[in-house]
Amino acid sequence: MSDNGAPRIVIVGASLAGVHAAQAIRRSGADAEIVLIGDEADHPYDRPPLSKQYLGGDWDAEKLLLRPSKDPDALGVEWRLGTDAVGLDLEARTVRTLSMDDGPDEVGFDGLVIATGARARRLPDTDGLSDVHVVRSKADADRLRAAVADRGGPIAVIGAGFIGGEVAATFRSAGHDVTMIEAAEAPLTRVLDAEAGMMIAERHRVEGVEVRLGVGVDGFEIDDHGDHQHVRGVRLADGSTVEARTVVVGIGAIPNTEWLGGSGLEIDNGVRADATCLAAPGVVVAGDVANWDHPRYGRPMRVEQWDNGVDQGGYAGRRILADLAGEPIDPFDPVPWFWSDQYDWKIQFAGIAGRGREIIHGDPAEGRFAQLYLDEGGAPCGLLAVNRPRHAIKGRQFLTSAASADEIRDALA
Amino acid sequence: MKVVVDFDLCESNAVCMEIAPEVFEVRDDDFLYVLDENPAEGLHDKVRDAADRCPKQAITLEG
Ligand SMILES: Cc1cc2nc3c(=O)[nH]c(=O)nc-3n(C[C@H](O)[C@H](O)[C@H](O)COP(=O)(O)OP(=O)(O)OC[C@H]3O[C@@H](n4cnc5c(N)ncnc54)[C@H](O)[C@@H]3O)c2cc1C
Ligand code: SF4
Repeated sequence: MSDNGAPRIVIVGASLAGVHAAQAIRRSGADAEIVLIGDEADHPYDRPPLSKQYLGGDWDAEKLLLRPSKDPDALGVEWRLGTDAVGLDLEARTVRTLSMDDGPDEVGFDGLVIATGARARRLPDTDGLSDVHVVRSKADADRLRAAVADRGGPIAVIGAGFIGGEVAATFRSAGHDVTMIEAAEAPLTRVLDAEAGMMIAERHRVEGVEVRLGVGVDGFEIDDHGDHQHVRGVRLADGSTVEARTVVVGIGAIPNTEWLGGSGLEIDNGVRADATCLAAPGVVVAGDVANWDHPRYGRPMRVEQWDNGVDQGGYAGRRILADLAGEPIDPFDPVPWFWSDQYDWKIQFAGIAGRGREIIHGDPAEGRFAQLYLDEGGAPCGLLAVNRPRHAIKGRQFLTSAASADEIRDALA
Repeated sequence: MKVVVDFDLCESNAVCMEIAPEVFEVRDDDFLYVLDENPAEGLHDKVRDAADRCPKQAITLEG
């Protein structure tokens, strides 16, 4: 409780989901004190441009900022930036923090929103190698930009997922020699399907990216300069070597849950929560860290996508207010949606992939098409659109209302 | 409230139109048209939501 008796809501993670949770609480008009805790020093910024316009140098840092960061006071929260949450005590209802400037502290809460997101997965034994990069934060992107400006290419991208693909496209478009290395036989098999993955791989090849599929990374060729080491190449499992002065690793993300160890919350691929994103009484999760019981899909789901960060963040704000007021709320049941921009390809995907698929519009050979995915029972479950941005959003509407395949075919043909 | 769209950022994906069709329309020419630059009070929540959900952060609301 705050001094004036209004409930105090603590939000941990001052990025996309956390900011939208705060915004939703403010917009509700509820009388609540909000404390927003984030370990990064900067006010919240948007991550998608980090592998696109910002990495390519087309955007400056100002352009990255999320809207509330442009006038931080207007959000009506107590910002605690540069502050790590290091522990949660559910019984005492406190979060322990460690601030860069002010040291350790403890903050009590009536409601808690956990929005600590995820961090980039790294390759083992690469900590000391300053030429091996990941892209998750602005600091990461700044380091990578500076490294490429300083050392130039060739550049090796390990992992042909969306972030790997975007980084490869950004650097290739800037004229660098780029090799993209992927252990699986085709990119994006887990998210889309092998054929769609190969179309995207082909797009990279046409642009002049060397794409190596079905081969893992064994290690690095290093030049040892005594006090520092530089990468010369990437050693692959088939015995070959890819020449590289800068390496970017895009092999997925790990939810940031370590600070919740011993708290009693269930940690399993993120923080587990029910269909209303409630992890414990008075504790709600949102964004990349949230693994909630998704009603529509009948299983726990964790979604690492921008739109979900906005949507679930806002929902979490309303959820915590409902919890404090003892009021019911509908479950969180969206059809997920994301985009990826690579070269002039705008790739968008709504829903989830299924075994069945058919092109319902356009022609992949022309780089403009929409593909419908069908689940085991033949019901529509996903829609991939390339350079057809409106199709994805319409597809999402149809998937939300559980439209039939025929309806979708007719409407989007 | 005044609705301003940065057309250099907008990619015409119609996210905004899904949320606030009274104000945003992406037509068959694949361009976004702002139907109502000064939407009535009753639409403000929707328009704010549309601005939030625009993946390109292309919508600015003034006032
Ligand atoms: C390079 C890149 C490109 C992307 N491109 C796209 C795209 O094109 N399309 C798309 O749909 N999605 C994209 N995404 C995904 C999207 O950005 C994420 O889904 C979104 O950022 C999730 O928001 P979040 O707030 O849940 O988590 P995050 O953005 O990860 O924020 C979590 C915040 O919490 C902080 N934090 C973590 N632990 C603690 C702690 N213990 N104490 C205090 N603070 C803590 C973190 O430092 C961070 O600031 C991209 C992501 C990246 C990294
Ligand atoms: S949501 Fe944004 S990018 Fe999409 S059409 Fe509207 S303004 Fe343009």
